[in-house]
Amino acid sequence: AGKSKVDDDVLDNLEEVLVASDVGVTTTLKVIDRIEARVAKDKYVGTDELNKILREEIAGLLSETNIGNETDFVIPDIPKKEGVKVPYVLMVVGVNGVGKTTTIGKLASQFKKKGLKVVLGAADTFRAAAIDQLQVWADRTDVPIVRQEMGSDPASVAFDSLKSAVAQNADVVIIDTAGRLHNKVNLMNELTKIKRVMQKVVDNSPHDVLLVLDGSTGQNAFEQAKQFTKATEVTSLAVTKLDGTAKGGVVIGISDQFKIPVKYIGVGEGIDDLQVFNKVEFVDSFFK
Amino acid sequence: MFNNLSDKLDKALHTLKGHGQITEINVAETLKEVRRALLDADVNFKIAKEFTKKVQQEAIGQNVLTTLNPGQLMVKLVKDELTTLMGGDTVGINLGGSPTVILMSGLQGSGKTTFSGKLAKYLKTKKTKQVLLVGCDVYRPAAINQLQVVGEQIGVEVYAEVGNQNPVEISQNAIAHAKTNGKNVVIIDTAGRLAVDEEMMTEISNIHKAINPQETLFVVDSMTGQDAVNTAKAFNNILNFDGVVLTKLDGDTRGGAALSIKSVVDKPIKFIGTGEKMEAIDVFHPDRMADRILGM
Ligand SMILES: Nc1nc2c(ncn2[C@@H]2O[C@H](COP(=O)(O)OP(=O)(O)OP(=O)(O)O)[C@@H](O)[C@H]2O)c(=O)[nH]1
Ligand SMILES: Nc1nc2c(ncn2[C@@H]2O[C@H](COP(=O)(O)OP(=O)(O)OP(=O)(O)O)[C@@H](O)[C@H]2O)c(=O)[nH]1
Ligand SMILES: [K+]
Ligand SMILES: [Mg+2]
Ligand SMILES: [Mg+2]
Repeated sequence: AGKSKVDDDVLDNLEEVLVASDVGVTTTLKVIDRIEARVAKDKYVGTDELNKILREEIAGLLSETNIGNETDFVIPDIPKKEGVKVPYVLMVVGVNGVGKTTTIGKLASQFKKKGLKVVLGAADTFRAAAIDQLQVWADRTDVPIVRQEMGSDPASVAFDSLKSAVAQNADVVIIDTAGRLHNKVNLMNELTKIKRVMQKVVDNSPHDVLLVLDGSTGQNAFEQAKQFTKATEVTSLAVTKLDGTAKGGVVIGISDQFKIPVKYIGVGEGIDDLQVFNKVEFVDSFFK
Repeated sequence: MFNNLSDKLDKALHTLKGHGQITEINVAETLKEVRRALLDADVNFKIAKEFTKKVQQEAIGQNVLTTLNPGQLMVKLVKDELTTLMGGDTVGINLGGSPTVILMSGLQGSGKTTFSGKLAKYLKTKKTKQVLLVGCDVYRPAAINQLQVVGEQIGVEVYAEVGNQNPVEISQNAIAHAKTNGKNVVIIDTAGRLAVDEEMMTEISNIHKAINPQETLFVVDSMTGQDAVNTAKAFNNILNFDGVVLTKLDGDTRGGAALSIKSVVDKPIKFIGTGEKMEAIDVFHPDRMADRILGM
C-alpha cells in the first residue's frame, strides 16, 4: 500500500540536497510543496519513485523556458536585409571572472565546426590583457577578431565588429564585454549603450544576450540575473565551471522566475569543454 | 530580503513573551528565521545549523524573553556570535624571510592575479618594499600578459619565463632573481584550479614544497555559494594556507562564504578586494562582515 505522505526525514534530506546545491531556500520550498501536493494526489510507493518524482518536479520548474531540449549548437536564421546576409549577433555579459571570454572561445569553435563563419569582437577594453586573451582564442579557433587599443570605447569596438561581420558576410558575431558587478550603475549603463550602438549596424541586434553565471556562485546570481536583464534584456544563460563540485542550482530559480532558458554549461577550460544544457542530467548531478 | 531580520525576530519572540521562560521549543521558530537568513546569505547549510544551535543555547542562557526588546537582543546575540566566529586575533601578513615569499592560490577567476597586483602595490607604498611579481600561470590564455600589464600599472617588476611550462622551476628561479636584484618580497601568481583536479592540486603542492613560502593565501570570490567549504577544505589540506582573501566585496553579495570558510579551516581572513583597480584592497573587518551577512 502506498503512502500518501512523505516522511519528514525524507523531506529534510531532500531539502539538504537542494540547499547544498545552491538551489536556495525559496525555490527549495517551492519544489517540496510541489512534491507534497503530488504525493498527496498520486500516492507513492518507495524512495525510488520519490526520487523520480523529485527530478520531474525540478525539471518541471526548468521546463517552461527550457523546452527546446537542444542537443546541438545551433543558431536561428536571420532574414536577409535587402538581399544582404545579416549576421547573428551574440553579446556576452556577466560579472567579473565568471568565464565569458572562455565561453566565447568555446562557442566560436563549436559554430565554426558547424561550418559557420564567425567573427569575434573584443569589447572588453578595460581588463588587463583581456584583448590578448580573446586574441589567443581567435587564433586557436582560427576566426577573425576585431580589436582596438586597451582603454578605447567598447561601444566603438562593438560597432566596428558588426560592420566588419557584415562586410565579411559572417554568419555569427560574438561580442565579449568586460566583467562588471551588477550594482555599478555606470558600467551597466555602458552595456545599454553598447547595445544601442550595435543596433545602428544591425536591426534588432543583439539577437541573443548571453548572461554567463559562475556555477560556484550562490544566491547573488539572482540579483545578477535581475540587474543584467534590466540593462540588456538577457535572452539566455550559460553556467560555467560545473566540472568542479559546485552544482549551480541557483539557476533553477533564475530560469523559473525570469523565464530565461539555460543554453550552455561549461565543464572545463579546454576548447571542447562546453555542452548544450540538458535539464535531466543537470538535476541528476545534485544527487551525485 | 532580510533587511528586517530584527523585525521578524521581534515578532516571532513577541508571541513567546507570554510563556515567560524561554525554552528550547519556543525559541525554535525564531531560529528558523535566523537559519533562513544565513542560508539566503550563502552560509553553508551545515554551518548554519551548528550556528543556530549555538545561538539557541546563548538565548536560553541569557533568557532573552525577559528583556524589553527580545528581537533586538536576539539579533545582537547572532551578530556577536558571527563576529566572534569570523574574527579572532587580527593576524597581519608575515613579512619575515629574505625575501618574503607569498604564494597565491584559488579557483579560476577568483581574483588572484588582480589581488597579486593590489598586494604588490600595498607593500610597495605602505611598507616601502621592493616587490617582484611572478607569473606562474602557464595555462590561461594571456595570463602572463595580464600580470605584466598590472605590473606596469603599479610600477613593479614582473618575472616570467616565456616557453617554460614548469611553474616549480619558474618560482625557484624567480626567488633567485629576487635575491640578486635586491627585492625583498616575491609574490607568486598561480593558475586557477579546481580542488578536484588532482594533477593541478599536485602542481601547487609541489610549488609550495619547493619554495616554502612565508605566506600562502587562499583567494576566494565572495559570491561563492555552498561549495566554498569543499574548496577551502581541499586547498587547506594540501597547502595549510595562512590566510584568506575575500574578493569582489564591492558587489551586493551577502558573503556568507566568509563564515563558512572561517568555520571549516579556522584561518584568518586577512584582506578583502573591493574593486578592479589596484587601490581596491582593504583589511578585513569581522563586524562589518557580520552586518553584511545579516543584511543590515
Ligand atoms: N574549470 C573551469 N574553468 C573555467 C570554465 N570556464 C572558464 N573557466 C576559467 O575561469 C577563469 C575566468 O575565465 P574568463 O573567460 O577569463 O572569465 P571572464 O568572465 O571573461 O572574466 P573577466 O573578463 O575578467 O570578467 C579562467 O581561468 C578560465 O579558464 C569552466 O567551465 N570550467
Ligand atoms: N569588482 C571587482 N572585480 C574584481 C575584484 N578582484 C578581481 N576582480 C575582477 O575579477 C576578474 C577575475 O580576476 P583575476 O585576477 O583575473 O582572477 P584570477 O583568479 O587570476 O583568474 P584565473 O587566473 O583565471 O584563475 C577580473 O575581471 C578582475 O578585474 C574585486 O575585488 N572587485
Ligand atoms: K568566481
Ligand atoms: Mg573576459
Ligand atoms: Mg590569474
